[in-house]
Amino acid sequence: MKDIIQAVVAILVVSLVLFIINFQLDKTSGRSGNDSISVYNWGEYIDPESIKQFEKETGITVIYETFDSNEAMMTKIENGGTSYDVAMPSEYAIEKMKKNDLLIPIDHSKIPNLTNIDPYFLDLPFDPGNKYSIPYFWGTVGIAFNPSLLDGQTFESWEDLWDPSLKQEVILVDGAREVMGMGLNTLGYSLNTKDEGQLQEATDKLKTLSPNIKAIIGDEIVETMRRGESAVALVWSGQAADIMYVNEDIDYAVPKEGSNLWFDNMIIPKTAANVEGAHQFINFMLDPKIAAQNADYVGYSTPNEQAIKLMDPKVTGDERFYPTEEMRERLEVYKNLGVETLGKYNELFLEFKMDAQ
Amino acid sequence: MKTNSNRSFYLIPYVVWMLLFVVAPIVLVGYFSLFDLHGNFSFVNYQNFFTSVYLKLTLSSFWYALIITGFTLLIAYPTAYWLTKTKHKQLWLLLIIIPSWINLLLKTYAFIGIFGVFGPINKFLELFGIGKQQILYTDFSFIFVSVYIFIPFMILPIFNSLDKMNPTLIDAARDLGSSTWNTFTKVIFPLTINGVKSGIQAVFIPSLSLFMITRLIAGNKVITLGTAIEQQFLVTQNWGMGSTIAVFLILFMVIIMILTGQKDKGELVNGHNK
Repeated sequence: MKDIIQAVVAILVVSLVLFIINFQLDKTSGRSGNDSISVYNWGEYIDPESIKQFEKETGITVIYETFDSNEAMMTKIENGGTSYDVAMPSEYAIEKMKKNDLLIPIDHSKIPNLTNIDPYFLDLPFDPGNKYSIPYFWGTVGIAFNPSLLDGQTFESWEDLWDPSLKQEVILVDGAREVMGMGLNTLGYSLNTKDEGQLQEATDKLKTLSPNIKAIIGDEIVETMRRGESAVALVWSGQAADIMYVNEDIDYAVPKEGSNLWFDNMIIPKTAANVEGAHQFINFMLDPKIAAQNADYVGYSTPNEQAIKLMDPKVTGDERFYPTEEMRERLEVYKNLGVETLGKYNELFLEFKMDAQ
Repeated sequence: MKTNSNRSFYLIPYVVWMLLFVVAPIVLVGYFSLFDLHGNFSFVNYQNFFTSVYLKLTLSSFWYALIITGFTLLIAYPTAYWLTKTKHKQLWLLLIIIPSWINLLLKTYAFIGIFGVFGPINKFLELFGIGKQQILYTDFSFIFVSVYIFIPFMILPIFNSLDKMNPTLIDAARDLGSSTWNTFTKVIFPLTINGVKSGIQAVFIPSLSLFMITRLIAGNKVITLGTAIEQQFLVTQNWGMGSTIAVFLILFMVIIMILTGQKDKGELVNGHNK
């Protein structure tokens, strides 16, 4: 008994000492903890340096957390728990959150940097007048491929993925809308279709891709492609940029049948505890210098006109990542399909995954 | 009287715990499973479960769990037996248990590197002129990693029952002319069957709901009941369907518990009637 008490006391003393040290460290690094915001963002989607700069300039501590799908993010915000102050969902998720009354309107007078944004990305159908959301990044869905592992194939059409020479080579991103959308686009259908016949047809088409599929995974795609372990992957444009940053062999293409054009915007969820700090953060991210530095790091396309002027023209002139307005015409933006159809998409995606062997 | 009220007082934490963390969640899962997407009361989720997708999913989940349990048992039983024969039993046992203290995800990530195209296994294969093989994202890698992770959970109960067994029984069987094989099937195995059963419980049931390994190692080409539940809750946001799958998972667990339940009555422990 005595031993146990001694052990408990020892553990308590050690914890207390560590706690005090931690507190002192926080104090010296200026983290008073009184003023903080929590930011909820996609993985690998911000330059950590810009967070540090924000903390230094405003004295607000940033608590940073990441998610890997819009749906997971919405579920967590809906159920409360952590009070996130800023989040970066995609357009269809914003539409849904707006409908479910999960957002706080953004006070434009507190976001003077909004004028830096290219008007093309403002006032879009999913959020007229940008009442609830401010553009963060945008991009496309396409195919990243490693020509040094292929014999001269190109990916101008989605059909090229079905090439028998790509046996066990194709990696897909683990997203129901991306993969089902690819199936629908291949057949020339809209990736927002609610038609059950078209969806079934797309699933059947996707099932014939089974022999070529290597894996259906998430952020691990980037590492796998960088190391040259796989030749072809269905990815978001920024993931492709991330891969190319390390492995210059890799190329990226958006097939001609069309694909997805998406916008990720910054929002303030209803659960926010520090609305003032959230506005400051959003405004800070729109600063041309910060936005340029952030876009350089992340690799996605920035909607910030003034930032583009500060960036390497080789990057911003690359039509694979900054497609012209004319090219964007071919692409489609996701619409909020409603739970029923979304459920259908997921069920068919599950069916497809089970078929992949 | 006094001791009685004291005893029920000590029961309170246990009862509260059970109510909050065992009974309440099960009731909630059952409750949610009775609502469709629009929050109306219906049995539509149960109807849905019996469509081809979910039935196939259940069957394949069982199939993989069965293979994983089979291989784990095949490796764990001889290992446990050998452990009881070694000099420094506790040390060897500790060496087997220590890896199970390391986070499951970390171990899984390690295997991504090991099995990778440029990983050590492929280097080794190339050395022998076999050439590079796709190891990651196959059934083989999925089963290998799962077996690796579950082995300690199978070894422990088997080791305990083997260790408790009276060694003189084996001598007695030998003296009476039983062959080595007969000694094993008629004496050793029946006496350690309870350890095997607890081992199977500890491996088979979690195997049904493995879910991170299915993505990281099997590249989502293996789908278990656990993956399906996660998808329904986080992606589809169809809590009703997710709960329904969970209800069936609980049902399967209960069935397995009953099948592998311990029958203590009339059993011999160390040759004595308990």
